[in-house]
Amino acid sequence: MEMQELFSLLGQGTLDSLYMIIICTVVSYIIGLPIGVSLIVTAPGGIRPLGIYNKIVGFIVNILRSVPFLILMIALMPYIRKIIGTGIGKEAATAALIVAAAPFVARLVEQSLLEVDPGVIEAAQAMGASNFQIIRKVLLLEARPSLLNGAAVATINILGYTAMAGIVGAGGLGEIAIRYGLYRFQPSIMWITIVVLVILVQIFQEIGIKVVNKYDNRIN
Amino acid sequence: MAEHIISLQGVTKEFDTKNGKVVALRDINLNIDKGDSYGIIGLSGAGKSTLVRTINLLEEPTEGKVLFDGNVLTGLKSKALNIHRRKISMIFQQFNLLMQRDAIGNICFPMEIAGVPKAQAIAKAKELLKVVDLEDRAHSYPSQLSGGQKQRVAIARALASDPEVILCDEATSALDPKTTRSILKLLRQINEERGITLVVITHEMEVIKQLCNKVAVIENGEIVERGDVQEIFARPKTKAARKLFFPDGETSEKPVGRTSTKNRIRLVFNEQNAYKPIIARMIMELNAPVNFLYANLDVLGDQQKGQMVICLSEDKATAEKQKAFLAREGVEFIELDDEMEEVTE
Repeated sequence: MEMQELFSLLGQGTLDSLYMIIICTVVSYIIGLPIGVSLIVTAPGGIRPLGIYNKIVGFIVNILRSVPFLILMIALMPYIRKIIGTGIGKEAATAALIVAAAPFVARLVEQSLLEVDPGVIEAAQAMGASNFQIIRKVLLLEARPSLLNGAAVATINILGYTAMAGIVGAGGLGEIAIRYGLYRFQPSIMWITIVVLVILVQIFQEIGIKVVNKYDNRIN
Repeated sequence: MAEHIISLQGVTKEFDTKNGKVVALRDINLNIDKGDSYGIIGLSGAGKSTLVRTINLLEEPTEGKVLFDGNVLTGLKSKALNIHRRKISMIFQQFNLLMQRDAIGNICFPMEIAGVPKAQAIAKAKELLKVVDLEDRAHSYPSQLSGGQKQRVAIARALASDPEVILCDEATSALDPKTTRSILKLLRQINEERGITLVVITHEMEVIKQLCNKVAVIENGEIVERGDVQEIFARPKTKAARKLFFPDGETSEKPVGRTSTKNRIRLVFNEQNAYKPIIARMIMELNAPVNFLYANLDVLGDQQKGQMVICLSEDKATAEKQKAFLAREGVEFIELDDEMEEVTE
């Protein structure tokens, strides 16, 4: 394969991967963040305990979290085909990715919010803060460094999912690695994509650490 | 009834635990007047933290009523309750500051909740930083402040909503003795100069002595004794109160070695007679010795209070003369009889 051809292949693959990662991360947070917050708020001893809701949502999240992504994706294919018209390709893969990533994000958010000192929440309640004010001004702001850290972890995880989605022809670096490395047995190209993936992970990790440090006022 | 700023009426609090019901508070009746600095003292597990949390309904009583400034708080919807809560500030043992906000940001927080315009809130926060003597730390984050400084920020935050009452939950228990004194001084100043009522939860007698005018002793979820600090200090009626007020005196109420246990009395000296050589004169005038078992000098608020445990003469008639002498001199005393000793076992 010509160098130029290889570059354009990898370039396109990287862009496709980034497209899926960004769409999926953003949408997963739009869905997962409120779910994560609601799990904390409705937990026993939370600011608005609601046992039934907490149990049901927690159960669904656990189910979705415990199915390995590859299997979940294949299981979801027929349903996704019904909804968006196709079961394979970038769009179908992104839809499956969101179903898998949103519960993961919800748990990450829940973990981050658990780190908020209950005493600070109590102090806000004593001041007469409403539950909405506590969520917005105490929970989310006090947990911000941890939430950002979680976002870096989520992004890297989703990157891993997108690579697996290559198996259903989702495009991106994962598909290149599978197509050339597995089906055509060209390990050199597979290794190059692996290097690109590693570099991407490093970039996300570094950005994450930088942002967290900028926003964490506990470290001084 | 409005003269009571806080009134607890028949407050009972039960917790459901794995091992069944636990009664944390049992039929508490407590009235706190405007301007009081009301101490609530008890050993850990006595229920004092639960008690203070029922005042602002952080703990909802299982039974009973909580009144604040004449308004019944129990049973209110959260919106109405939150309006009242703004007038009842609280400070904590662990300070409970927002770690992601600087000192000014923390002080602004209650004003933000109440919808005070930002510029106005910041101006007030700066003023309050002066009150707590932390002007130069306005933009420090809690992680950059010492324990005492954190509690000062918390006190400034408590003042931000112009409260009627400040609830202090073990506010000095995490601080060293020197810092504790300076925080207590600040709280006293706030009580005296601003007329803000304090409710002081503590397990340390020193805090009550330095800060409070009234005190309730709580044990096993019940108030066993209450009244003026001076009065309870002079004449504690219950074992729990004696234990808390005279932790060292406990041993001297029991026979030590061959010490005679007969005719033991506890004397309390007040401002008028604390500096006079009364006992020395009594010994010389009556020509009968006494045995000293325990002596201590305390400061209550800004008053000197001395207490002493002595054995009077074993001769009954002489002992009576000695008691009469003490009564003439205006020294308060209580007799520690054998029955009492059983109580202190």
